[in-house]
Amino acid sequence: MRYLIDNFPYVLSLIGQHLVMSGLSLAIALVIALPIGIVCARVARLRNLVLGILGVIYTIPSLSLFVLLIPFTGLGLRPAVIALVAYAQLVLVRNVVVGLTGIDPAIVEAARGMGMTAAQRLWRVELPLALPIILAGVRVAMLSIIAIGTIAAFINAGGLGLLLFDGVRSSNPEKIIAGAVAVSALAISANGILWLIEQRVFQATRGVTGTKN
Amino acid sequence: MAFIIADRLTKTFPGETRPAVDQVSFEIKQGEFVVLLGPSGCGKTTLLKMINRLYEPTSGRLLIDGVDVRSMPATALRRRIGYVIQQTGLFPHLRVEQNIAVVPQLLRWDRARIEARIDELLDLVELPRSYRRRYPRQLSGGEQQRVGLARALAADPSLMLMDEPFGALDAITRARLQEELLRIQQRLHKTILFVTHDVDEALRLADRLLIMRAGRIVQFDTPLAVLAEPADDFVRDLLGADDVLRRLSLLTVADALASDGMNGDHTAHGIQETLNPGDNLREALIRVLRSGGRPLPVVENGRQLGRISPDIIASALTRKTHALPD
Repeated sequence: MRYLIDNFPYVLSLIGQHLVMSGLSLAIALVIALPIGIVCARVARLRNLVLGILGVIYTIPSLSLFVLLIPFTGLGLRPAVIALVAYAQLVLVRNVVVGLTGIDPAIVEAARGMGMTAAQRLWRVELPLALPIILAGVRVAMLSIIAIGTIAAFINAGGLGLLLFDGVRSSNPEKIIAGAVAVSALAISANGILWLIEQRVFQATRGVTGTKN
Repeated sequence: MAFIIADRLTKTFPGETRPAVDQVSFEIKQGEFVVLLGPSGCGKTTLLKMINRLYEPTSGRLLIDGVDVRSMPATALRRRIGYVIQQTGLFPHLRVEQNIAVVPQLLRWDRARIEARIDELLDLVELPRSYRRRYPRQLSGGEQQRVGLARALAADPSLMLMDEPFGALDAITRARLQEELLRIQQRLHKTILFVTHDVDEALRLADRLLIMRAGRIVQFDTPLAVLAEPADDFVRDLLGADDVLRRLSLLTVADALASDGMNGDHTAHGIQETLNPGDNLREALIRVLRSGGRPLPVVENGRQLGRISPDIIASALTRKTHALPD
């Protein structure tokens, strides 16, 4: 713990780097996963194919994926973010699909029967009702991004992985412990914050937090 | 001209050889309450859903108010037709007021008009205005379906489609909502197409019964006519047309008096129990039997119109069975 206390500003800056990398990856991953998930929820035949491909990507060891990307992107943040976005797709797309296909068919039929267009149904009814499950996916994706993000230090993307790799290289257990504690703290707090948001949204979309007249 | 005209409407679902609805033609007048009745799989729900184009007909034509339903976008058509389904289909993430406001918002009514309309509808379906801010989950099943009804009526459509709306409710709540619906219908005179497989519900609500079997219409007539002269054994069995009590429940004390022609017996004094002209004959029979089979006086506004005895009920039954009104 000595290392952590003595080098607090440095560790803090690494946490900052890690957060930027993870947050950026999650944001990009969501922008990609939402439309893919919506299409897969609509077209049943596409669903298994897409989820299968994303499943295969998910099984590629992270270190090798990072290294594989270097010839195309060079070192640094870019290959790291690309890899993290790819890893997050499986969880995010799957939860978007599950969230949208799990909606009570009577609700969707009512929306159609009342004359909503497909876009109105999606934005006003389907996405709000799927939101709790989508957010659960976001939370799991964020955790795996934070964890896998430590490996990204190997390709010069910075972040808390630096402490781990440096610690191993220089046989410095203090550094390793500092890195592990920092990653854990980051993961636990991200999980907690996202879980709170999820609960609030869940209650709102299930109509539980109403005024009690 | 008839309000709804179906001309050889047919729906064959992909991958099936037998049509779910097979060359069905009928006409419905404005303000009629038509109940689609039949066993499950007879095509009644399919027929209903072709009217607001949730299902597109395989062939045939459907005119509403003289306009072919395919001449306008399906969404525009549906916004003009009220739609109520069994599971209510209320949006759980929206408050009662937001649920009711959906179609008016789609039609871009201004805020003040929508607000006024929400209050008006809550009054109509007899829910307190304080329910505006509640979520569907906070309401009972019967209350939820009242909201469902209010939501369907929101943009004041002249046509209402109701797909087994009371099917999931307990018997008491169902009976109460049937009464409410009849009361609302007397005020609003909508054209209603109502799907059910509950015979008593059908007889109670319908101006005319559209009875279906295997995708075709077997009989389309008033409840009394269908009960008196079922088109075939299928209809007879379906309705329990031999059920005398069921038939009596469609006749009123006034019918029996009119057909009996007896008037002005003012001598009966001191008898406690009386009947109203609007009571149905089933109820009247029960009360006559309970009073030991003695005739009971029919009183309206303090004036005695006549008396109902078991004999009169029996003759009203045979007469109404053989000589139909209209």
